Amino acid sequence: MIVKSLRETMLGMWSLLVGMKVTAVNFKSTQITVHYPREVVHSLEGYRGHIELVPSDEDPYKPKCIACNNCVRICPSACISLTAIKPKKKAAEKTEAPDSADEVKTKGKKEAPAKKAKPELESFVCDYNYCCLCGLCVQSCPTGALRYSSNVYLAGFTRQEFVLDLLSRLQNQAQKKEQ
Amino acid sequence: MIEAIPTQFIIIFVGLLAVMAFVGLNAIVLVYLERKVAGFIHRRPGPYEVGPPCFPHGILQPFADGLKLVGKQLFTPRGADSILFWLAPMISIAPAIVCFIVIPFGPHLQIVNTNVGLVLILAFTGINVLALCLAGWASQNKYGLIGAARDISQGVAYEIPLLLVVLSVVFMTGTFNLFDIADGQGAWPWQWYIFYQPLAFIIFFICALAETNRNPFDLPEAESELTAGFHTEYSGMGFACFFLAEYAYMVVASCIIAILFLGGFQGPVLPGGWWFLAKVYVLLLIMIWIRWTFPRVRFDQLLNICWKWLIPLAVLNLLITLAVIAI
Repeated sequence: MIVKSLRETMLGMWSLLVGMKVTAVNFKSTQITVHYPREVVHSLEGYRGHIELVPSDEDPYKPKCIACNNCVRICPSACISLTAIKPKKKAAEKTEAPDSADEVKTKGKKEAPAKKAKPELESFVCDYNYCCLCGLCVQSCPTGALRYSSNVYLAGFTRQEFVLDLLSRLQNQAQKKEQ
Repeated sequence: MIEAIPTQFIIIFVGLLAVMAFVGLNAIVLVYLERKVAGFIHRRPGPYEVGPPCFPHGILQPFADGLKLVGKQLFTPRGADSILFWLAPMISIAPAIVCFIVIPFGPHLQIVNTNVGLVLILAFTGINVLALCLAGWASQNKYGLIGAARDISQGVAYEIPLLLVVLSVVFMTGTFNLFDIADGQGAWPWQWYIFYQPLAFIIFFICALAETNRNPFDLPEAESELTAGFHTEYSGMGFACFFLAEYAYMVVASCIIAILFLGGFQGPVLPGGWWFLAKVYVLLLIMIWIRWTFPRVRFDQLLNICWKWLIPLAVLNLLITLAVIAI
């Protein structure tokens, strides 16, 4: 009994010393803090900012988006809204997101036989005020047209600044790349 | 009239002023040291950004903290006993300063050389328990009250092994005079009492941690359970007094350990004062290191360590010491 408890105590004391050694080693090792204004992290890869559209392979001004409305439907915060137009028939029919969903559905049915009638994205708006960053839209996109941006410097004074027009953002980025 | 003032009184008065400056300076250094050590152990830089670039590594942080504490409103919570509430911080800090007047910082650097120095320090540090008790009670706060209750049982329990261990050193030297105890040890490390009383040193160190409410025994102010324990309701200078007192008691405890076990101001080559300061700061650094290493003990564990281990061991140590002295 006594021997056992003595042994346990000795082991406990030893473990204390081991713990002290762990902190001592950490004390001496290099720091991992990045002193932000003077240094920046070497890569923003893996940062999950607000969503952005992926440009298609042929035209950097056009997104991969096929306006299927999957993202609109799956978004739990209902912060994505997109409108699409048919390139040939009814042009410029501005509608709200739920309406356009119906529209696209009906389109999809028609589309199946005739492949040419591909809806073109007219606007893609993400209201970042309500976004909960769940990433379901990115996961559910059938064409991989959505991804997380690495926009760490997102800041503003009004709510309106966080209603992000992603299509024009894509076009701006493409323009910048060209220059 | 001037001749009527006794010299002893002047010495004590000037000495107390110097001690207050020393306590303040120590608190500033220790706050900085504590935060930097914590940072380094967590692999971050600690305070870094205070002030213009000509003060690198956040060296102004303690001053900024101090200014903030001085500038804050003194606030008495509703339902609190305002007299006791404001008395408690003063009772906490005052004895801490008195303790320093009997400590020999160097061979010629002691304010009062009295033959009851050790008893005086033990008596005055005991008052801190009363201060924390008052603070917890008077602030009309459940966390404060629980913190105070914890502090009392902890303080009372750990005073016993502390006194027993001090007694064994006192029996060895035959004096309560701190100067004589330090003087009785040689200059070289193997002549210090830590080599005659290693067990006593360990017990004393653990008890000192508990008495000064340091981690892993900081149950009276356990942040995760009691928000801030006994000083939950204090802000501004009320809090600052407790804070200063805690650091002052840490320094007192380190001084006592240095005197009893590490030869006090004794040391080769360098003058005594520097040796004393170095020993005290090494001990303080170890205390800080321990704080950022170990998790807090549970309350029953805390009391078990004391009653089941430290007190029997301290008694054993005392008996062996007495036996050796008798032979």
